[in-house]
Amino acid sequence: MHHLQVKDLSSAYGPLTVLKGVNFTLAKGETAALIGPSGSGKSTVLRVLMGLNKPTGGEVLIDGAALDYSRPASVRAARERMAIVFQQYNLFQNMSVLRNVTIAPVKIKGRPRKEVEAEAERLLSKVGLADKHHAYPDELSGGQQQRVAIARALALRPQILLLDEVTSALDPELVNEVLDTIRGLAADGMTMLIVSHEMAFVREVATKVVMMDEGLVVEQGPPEQIFGAPKTDRAREFVGKILRH
Amino acid sequence: MLLLEAMGTTLAMTAIGCVLGFLIAFVIVFLRQTPGLWALPIRFLAICYVEVFRRIPFLVVIYLVLFFIRSIVSEVSLFTIAVVAICIYSTAYTADIIRGGFESVSRQQIEAARAMNFSRWQTLMNVIVPQSWPVILPPAVAFAISFIKDTALVSQVGVFELTFRGKELNNEGFSALLVFGTIAFLYFLMSYPLSRWGRWLEQRLASSPSQRSKQRLRPAYSP
Ligand SMILES: Nc1ncnc2c1ncn2[C@@H]1O[C@H](COP(=O)(O)OP(=O)(O)O)[C@@H](O)[C@H]1O
Ligand SMILES: [Mg+2]
Repeated sequence: MHHLQVKDLSSAYGPLTVLKGVNFTLAKGETAALIGPSGSGKSTVLRVLMGLNKPTGGEVLIDGAALDYSRPASVRAARERMAIVFQQYNLFQNMSVLRNVTIAPVKIKGRPRKEVEAEAERLLSKVGLADKHHAYPDELSGGQQQRVAIARALALRPQILLLDEVTSALDPELVNEVLDTIRGLAADGMTMLIVSHEMAFVREVATKVVMMDEGLVVEQGPPEQIFGAPKTDRAREFVGKILRH
Repeated sequence: MLLLEAMGTTLAMTAIGCVLGFLIAFVIVFLRQTPGLWALPIRFLAICYVEVFRRIPFLVVIYLVLFFIRSIVSEVSLFTIAVVAICIYSTAYTADIIRGGFESVSRQQIEAARAMNFSRWQTLMNVIVPQSWPVILPPAVAFAISFIKDTALVSQVGVFELTFRGKELNNEGFSALLVFGTIAFLYFLMSYPLSRWGRWLEQRLASSPSQRSKQRLRPAYSP
């Protein structure tokens, strides 16, 4: 059984249909990369999974059980199982680093504060920010903020971590510290769905590549296939373009 | 002294009316932003309330309240009537200030909270309010201060209040210039420190949370 299965998923912004029947699967412990040209609908896929955009058709199944995004209880369940890290970090500006990481586990999940704080300290050390507990987001660099955002998502103990172009807003010299954090997570066996334009990184960590174009998945498979011997013309064209860069 | 007592009454009416109005406005804005079809009537009522009462002059509101309450219960103090009128009016006015403040918080901050399973209320209390009160408080305080002067209108319906006292004293043979000069001075005494305080609040709130936390940690070094 697939850990996550997305079946014929469609979604729209008003009259504009941006997902036209997306299909892909994710196994436990897998790091899948969602790639494709800008505007192809990658972010929308993650947003629909998190219940931030409404699907207009299709199905999302976790461990074989379908999520019904029209029911609040199902949306809550989806957010229990998955956590997302955004391109712009979106740390709460009014909270310290530690509070950003602990607020949801304590206030939303009702776990004991002491226990959550200990875990938060461990997670912050893991992303290399053990000394920044009491800093506020606007005192940190973009790379540091993004690593806090990853720690915040991990503190929710998600089964699947969604990362949406988490290095795109960063200065080039800060990209590697964040990629290192993700490498560590992949090595730990975290199940991840990563939207990324860092093709070298995708080839290195991804166990599966899903390529999208114009609201559809054009090809999916192991990175060697997608980058080495793409089967479809559209995939070949896109790979040719990015390899020339 | 009569004038001082009236001054206290004015301040008390404004303070109680505005604080109550602010709290009610807060709830109205929350209701107004309720999503979903079933909440349509609630949204409609909330919008009507704000749009209607913002457009009626305060004096009209006072008379409406006076006649409405009097037609139901006969024994009600004029102080109560004044507070209710101020409350109704300030609710409509501050609702717009609060809504503007809430809307100044970026959508991404709200989505981050929603994606972590914050309810709408939890998002409001933990993210939206802490980030928007620096935007909301200065104009809300400015409104309350300007309202001290409008409270003089209440004397039209008989509340013992500054201007009213002035008319009385004037009738008793005091020089008009002296009496109203004193009243103008008292208004100044009331509203000047408050408006200075409002400006100080505004400046203080303009600094970011991290800067404020530093001010808390190292008061000796803060300017
Ligand atoms: N808030 C929005 N309102 C309207 N259209 C949007 C919005 N966000 C994205 N879109 C459109 O949806 C399509 C897919 O966007 P997106 O999922 O962000 O693509 P990607 O992440 O692959 O770059 C694009 O055509 C984009 O213009
Ligand atoms: Mg995107």
